[in-house]
Amino acid sequence: MPFRLEARGQNSVLWSWLSPVIAILATLIVSTALFAAMGKPAGDALYTFVVAPASSLNGLAELGVKAAPLVLIGVGLAIGFRANVWNIGAEGQLILGAIVGGGIGLAAGDREGFWILPAMILGGAVGGALWAAIPALLKTHFNASEILTSLMLNYVAQLLLIYLVVGPWKDPEGYGFPQTRLFGDAATMPILISGTRVHLGVLAALIAVALGWLLHAKTLLGFQLRVLGQAPRAAAYAGFSGAGLTWFALLLGGALAGLAGIFEAAGPIGQLTPSISPGYGFTAIIVAFLGRLNPVGVLLGGIVLALSYLGGEQAQIALGLPKAITGIYQGVLLFFLLAADLLVGYRIRLVKRVPAGGAA
Amino acid sequence: MNEFALITSVALSVISASTPLLLAATGELVTEKSGVLNLGVEGMMLVGAIVGFAVTLGTGSAVLGVCAAALAGAAMALVFAVLTLTLLANQVATGLALTIFGIGLSALIGSGYVGQPLQPLPKLAVPGLSTLPVVGPILFGQDALVYLSFAALIAVSWFLRRSHAGLILRAVGDSHDAAHAIGYGVIKVRYLATLFGGAMCGIAGAYFSLAYTPMWAENMTSGRGWIALALVVFATWRPARLLLGAYLFGGITILQLHIQGFGIPVPSQFVSMLPYLATIVVLVAISSDRTRVRLNTPACLGRAFNAAG
Amino acid sequence: MRQDSEAAEPGARGQTPLPAAPLLELDSIVKRFPMTVANDGVSLSIRPGEIHALLGENGAGKSTLVKIIYGVLHPDAGEIRWNGERVSILNPAAARALGIGMVFQHFSVFEALTVAENVALGLNDPQQRKGLRDRIAKISEDYGLKLDPDATVLHLSVGERQRVEIVRCLLQNPKLLIMDEPTSVLTPQEIERLFATLRRLASEGCAILYISHKLEEIRSLCERATILRQGKVVAECDPRQETAKHLAELMIGTALRPPYHLQEESAETAPARLVVDRLSVKSDRAFGVDLDGISFSVAAGEVLGIAGIAGNGQNELMAALSGETAADRAETIVIDGKPAGTLGPAERRERGACFVPEERHGHGAVKDMTLSENALLSAYRTKGLAPGGLINMGSTIRFAAEIIKGFAVRSDGPAAEARSLSGGNLQRFIVGREILQQPGILVVAQPTWGLDAGAAAAIRQALLDLADKGAAVVVISQDLDELIEMADQIAVIANGRLSPPRPVAEVTIEELGLLMGGVAAPLPQERRNAVPA
Repeated sequence: MPFRLEARGQNSVLWSWLSPVIAILATLIVSTALFAAMGKPAGDALYTFVVAPASSLNGLAELGVKAAPLVLIGVGLAIGFRANVWNIGAEGQLILGAIVGGGIGLAAGDREGFWILPAMILGGAVGGALWAAIPALLKTHFNASEILTSLMLNYVAQLLLIYLVVGPWKDPEGYGFPQTRLFGDAATMPILISGTRVHLGVLAALIAVALGWLLHAKTLLGFQLRVLGQAPRAAAYAGFSGAGLTWFALLLGGALAGLAGIFEAAGPIGQLTPSISPGYGFTAIIVAFLGRLNPVGVLLGGIVLALSYLGGEQAQIALGLPKAITGIYQGVLLFFLLAADLLVGYRIRLVKRVPAGGAA
Repeated sequence: MNEFALITSVALSVISASTPLLLAATGELVTEKSGVLNLGVEGMMLVGAIVGFAVTLGTGSAVLGVCAAALAGAAMALVFAVLTLTLLANQVATGLALTIFGIGLSALIGSGYVGQPLQPLPKLAVPGLSTLPVVGPILFGQDALVYLSFAALIAVSWFLRRSHAGLILRAVGDSHDAAHAIGYGVIKVRYLATLFGGAMCGIAGAYFSLAYTPMWAENMTSGRGWIALALVVFATWRPARLLLGAYLFGGITILQLHIQGFGIPVPSQFVSMLPYLATIVVLVAISSDRTRVRLNTPACLGRAFNAAG
Repeated sequence: MRQDSEAAEPGARGQTPLPAAPLLELDSIVKRFPMTVANDGVSLSIRPGEIHALLGENGAGKSTLVKIIYGVLHPDAGEIRWNGERVSILNPAAARALGIGMVFQHFSVFEALTVAENVALGLNDPQQRKGLRDRIAKISEDYGLKLDPDATVLHLSVGERQRVEIVRCLLQNPKLLIMDEPTSVLTPQEIERLFATLRRLASEGCAILYISHKLEEIRSLCERATILRQGKVVAECDPRQETAKHLAELMIGTALRPPYHLQEESAETAPARLVVDRLSVKSDRAFGVDLDGISFSVAAGEVLGIAGIAGNGQNELMAALSGETAADRAETIVIDGKPAGTLGPAERRERGACFVPEERHGHGAVKDMTLSENALLSAYRTKGLAPGGLINMGSTIRFAAEIIKGFAVRSDGPAAEARSLSGGNLQRFIVGREILQQPGILVVAQPTWGLDAGAAAAIRQALLDLADKGAAVVVISQDLDELIEMADQIAVIANGRLSPPRPVAEVTIEELGLLMGGVAAPLPQERRNAVPA
């Protein structure tokens, strides 16, 4: 081995925040190379993914709209991952939030009423939380890995949504398209900045960041979740309930994902369709890691990953590149991040090989 | 003769639904036995599927296609191995990244191949035997990958139970510290096991795009990689039970196709949920026997090892 | 490598007279680690048939040195000679090829594998693996090391696991056998049997390098000793000619004071603070030990020692006492007169019971968290550090600083991560954290495991001081010497059952050894009568 990993005495705080920066830069370099390989001018990558989305008010507003669901979900996942609760089912929880909240909105029809929107939002949170309650129950009572159960439920949720929008909830005047009717005015998220699509969900994401940070950094509950993640036996020794905390982490993650779902459905989309999420539930996993599993970091991570969506759309429209390029960047970004994280806990020492037993 | 035909067609479709699961799960079992948890099966399968498809279409040779798919799967696994084994990254997070990356990469490579037709993988008919009723096509008229899935399972079973190298692999998965102390190269063994797992997942993916549905579509494995992961748990890391599990799930997948044929009035989406729900049920049934899971789980599964640290 | 006659004819070992030429020579071995120099110019030599002690405190560099001999680590400088020729031992396989075998302190056995598979993993040459089961049976019979080749190691006792390692070494006809702290997990009787095996091996010409810090053992077994302190050889001697006290001073560098403890004369009149009554708990772990009818009582000012070999229910007992596993009935555990058996750890702490678990990293402390966070871990209620669920950072840091000051914890202050502390300092911190909660009852497991003599003495004294202030202290330990030094009453846990506690002054080592070996009745004669022939 040409190098040796030497454990640092302490985890490096500096490196834990430098590592995402390095990962983002490395990803930009790779994307430039990828653009060049596909015969596009190398500068286009930087322009498409960084400059273009952020160069107009509308672009910034769109960034906020895309970042909102990522941040909402990412906050919940970050808190869960800290507790070693691997909820991979945010996508399904998002869908269930959209279904339950959206169901309320559809039932309200064209009725007016101040209660409709709060009921939908609450329904979204409850729907997501209930979907997350399934892996929580299976984990705490039957010891089943939440990774696999929550993931399987994504597929089930997606099929359930398709069933509803092609079946009982299908818009009778929708020319056979798989979609519901549009939500009424009272069942649509208010726009916060007129002329843009910035909706209530963006504000909700910011509130989630603030409350999430409070929970994470200031409360005994947040401390308990972190202890459970780092040392489950120490948590038991301290008297923290592992099952209770696992429930909490999953329900919180589910509720936030459900909120993201209803904000999307009753916000930018305005109806239920089979594709209410372009994989936000999975991308939020990257957001959580990029944000150092810290709610404030998740806000920054959410913005970075929102750029990748906008850039991906831009690349598709302007350069005719496949949309899948977004997924590649997201994967590569997480690879680089995980690699750079080595430096948080270790120093790299080059080793000059001295033959064993050899005298100096 | 009609019943014969029905039985034969059901059996054949069960085999083709089970084969990719068996291939991928066999590979992942070896990886996990060495103590490495690679959750990127789905991503490796997808990349294997598109590479296998593209190479077969380009060269006209399915053999080259399958080999390329195995290499592609192994290359994906290599990325995982470098990150988790050399750079000590978290295995769960890296596996997820591999899946996200694999979905994107396969879609990018495959964007020009959507809708292109391909000759399905030829059946290798054993002369004289494949024409027997029922057993003929089932036992002696399959394509090479079906035979390979059985051969691989038997070989892995023998390797783990009987060979010294397999013993070393199990030892590394059981206690990497002890294995290191008595002089075995923990990281080397894990690299090899991870690469083998990747190659098998690549082949499993190729089975999708070359035999199961001979075409390319984005995300065509639709969660089969995750089901393969669940199968390894279901099998409690024992090859023989893997066979049972893979065919059970193959059967459920096929049942789903036939339920509406039996005139049972269930919306197709609910029927399509069956494999996923069945996976959850099976996981719960196995995992709730905590003692059994603990006894069989490789003790170092998912744990990083740093010899210098 | 030289071909010598011994290697050619292993059968002739019994007749070989002690040759004067050394088998292994280490010359000025240096091994540096990032923070320390573990071996600083160490030299020693071993002749065939010699039992050579390597004596030193924890951290003196013994383990590093033997790992170098066994090829696990490579020296930064210095020379190794084998039969007079300079060698490079690149890895354990190379060491085994030379004829070096090693039995590790934390055994390098694989729990999920069988005895035969474990042995096979230690054999480099495929030829050696032929007919292995028969050879295991033969060698274990020859040396009185009873083993079933097909048993899964998971089911074996600690002593049996050690036998697996010894058999693994013996199958290779070693010329040098390294034993790293082999007796820390054995009963006195098992130790005697092990010594008999080692003496026999030595008489057949095998050299033995015996690593220990137990002075009496070394005086009875070894004919030469090399004493290490802080990575350097401080003395070489014949331990049979030295007093234990002198050896200790050589090893530690200073003379140690024995710990001070008030003789509790009114133990019978003092109130019982912790009463355990017929505590039975089914273990929820695979291959855990079920606790079976455990009863004892500890009065104010009293120290109860619980001896036993690892894996006989100590972990389960600790979990049951701390509340990590709750009992079925509240009355099975009574704290200061109030039933507490169904309470969790936090509630038991509120009632005045504190705990120091065996594992420091991951159980008693979280290694990636700061000392102030680790202070919060068990004291958040008793010290009121998180009123209304919000952490009071100021008082948490002050409490951590109080522990660091009061117990002389060497660290970079409350913001230091637990993993940056040495084992001894972290243990001081954990013990300090529990003692500063002013517990009426303190249960500690393996309080001085792996610590150097100075840290161990400080921790023992802190526990005795707590008892002298009126607390009831329970010490669960595998170290009999420690228990005899500290405890007023002593009991033995074996296979989940506890022998009736008896005053330390009234028991003999032999009795304790029998109890540790699982002879259930306190008196051997009764047992003989009770068991039908």
